Amino acid sequence: MDFPLISIGTYMPNAPRDALQSFRDEELLADVIARLIGDARHVAIGASSPIPAAAALLARERGHGRPYVSLLGSRRHSFFTDGGRELFDCAGQGRIDVFFLSGGQIDGKGNINLVAIGDYARPAVRFPGSFGSSYLYYVVPKVILFRLEHSPRTLVEKVDFISAPGTSASNIYRPGGPVALVTNRCLFTFDRSRRRFELASVHPGHTVAEVIENTGFDFDHAPRVPVTPSPSAETLRILRSIVAPQLVEVYRRFAADVFGVAEVA
Amino acid sequence: MIARTLEEALAPIADGCVLAVPREASGVAMAATRALIRRGVRDLHLIALPTSGLQADLLIGAGCVKTIETSAVSLGEFGPAPRFTAAVTSGALRVKDATCPALHAAFQAAEKGVPFMPLRGLLGSDVLAHRKDWKVIGNPFDDDDDQIVLLPAIRPDVALFHAPLADREGNVWIGRDRELATMAHAAAKTVVTVEKLHEGTLFDDHLLAAGALGGLYVEAIAVVQKGAWPLALADHYSADAAHLREYAHMAASAHGFSAYLDRHVYAQRAA
Repeated sequence: MDFPLISIGTYMPNAPRDALQSFRDEELLADVIARLIGDARHVAIGASSPIPAAAALLARERGHGRPYVSLLGSRRHSFFTDGGRELFDCAGQGRIDVFFLSGGQIDGKGNINLVAIGDYARPAVRFPGSFGSSYLYYVVPKVILFRLEHSPRTLVEKVDFISAPGTSASNIYRPGGPVALVTNRCLFTFDRSRRRFELASVHPGHTVAEVIENTGFDFDHAPRVPVTPSPSAETLRILRSIVAPQLVEVYRRFAADVFGVAEVA
Repeated sequence: MIARTLEEALAPIADGCVLAVPREASGVAMAATRALIRRGVRDLHLIALPTSGLQADLLIGAGCVKTIETSAVSLGEFGPAPRFTAAVTSGALRVKDATCPALHAAFQAAEKGVPFMPLRGLLGSDVLAHRKDWKVIGNPFDDDDDQIVLLPAIRPDVALFHAPLADREGNVWIGRDRELATMAHAAAKTVVTVEKLHEGTLFDDHLLAAGALGGLYVEAIAVVQKGAWPLALADHYSADAAHLREYAHMAASAHGFSAYLDRHVYAQRAA
């Protein structure tokens, strides 16, 4: 079974591009995520997450230096000086407001699977592993789920392995959890009390019927679902001229493929 | 302390060794890893702090690893780690799946000489369900039912990493990659490869001293220029992207991986 890398950073270098559309899908998604970040004080970005990284840097540029952005793997865009543990200690104290997670599978209750499909001991498909999800999903107040392959095999009724559950019983320490799921087709919001996703908007060129057909779980939606707003000219200018060069340090291939920015020697 | 050869420095890494290695951003001893494969080390219990990539994939593909304890193995922008994936799906490799802060915390327990460390999160996950060595207790300081996970200390036999500088007294400059200090504090022995030797003592300069790991913890040092290649050494050189792409391509099949080993590991005694 061919199953590509589940990293949330997997972007779409060969994605078909609408001739009438003056922006790339990655730019639309960065804009969507930047709005979800809102007025947070500190946003952290984990491994293999170039679009969330672009979104956080876009939010920082629009906010004139806020939120603080900690970009894993960066020397320049990181406040951490106490080793890899500092990110997690910081989150455990409530000092990280927004984080991003993905999964090889994500289910309708917000459970995420970054480990395996099939039997755990002899899986049919093995993913890289849970990274920090089994902890950060619990302690970061606003976790934005991100998955660029929106299909019945990725958005499933029930995950095969729970790297981290979407919700927890009331007696479990859990200040954090999912608020939204961004895909290549749409934006869902997540209601923790109802343990369900709701379709918030469909991206330009996509339809509600297509989202229903390609989603393996049930979700709520209003009779009329809005279209995700396209990024403004000013947003595109910031992404291309200010954010893109800042991504090169950590996401060299992404910066080159999406923005045509090469590394400065 | 300063070994004459890389092979001599690697002597403490015996077959069956519990070996701790750092994440790719922090200084991975890749030349040493190739030397271990050439020596034919077997049955390693590899512990990644808290993730690994090319290093684990090479060791697994070359048949050096029996068990890996990690939060993830991935080649990052270059895709999945193909030999890790193949070994897990074929049942050839035992994986103790963890989550990044659990590994950091378990190393910190060893560093403090205490038997365990508590950690939030994890409850209700299958990561916890598959870790029979982790325990759940009620918080003894809370009257309500506040469950929390306890992780046993991780005390590796050997920690292995690559750093920019060391002095002749065995002090190693690690800069802001402080998990290297945690690894060294937790491990019984630490083996380090460095880009170059620093003339004088790191502790004579307070700016260097702030980023130093004391020689007290260090068993052996070997000087290996470009010792992290083809991975990056932060602030010194970047990763060799063309080579990593070649690796991802070749290692996609067992045959291609074998050709990679012949070309880049067995044929290059000095690398």
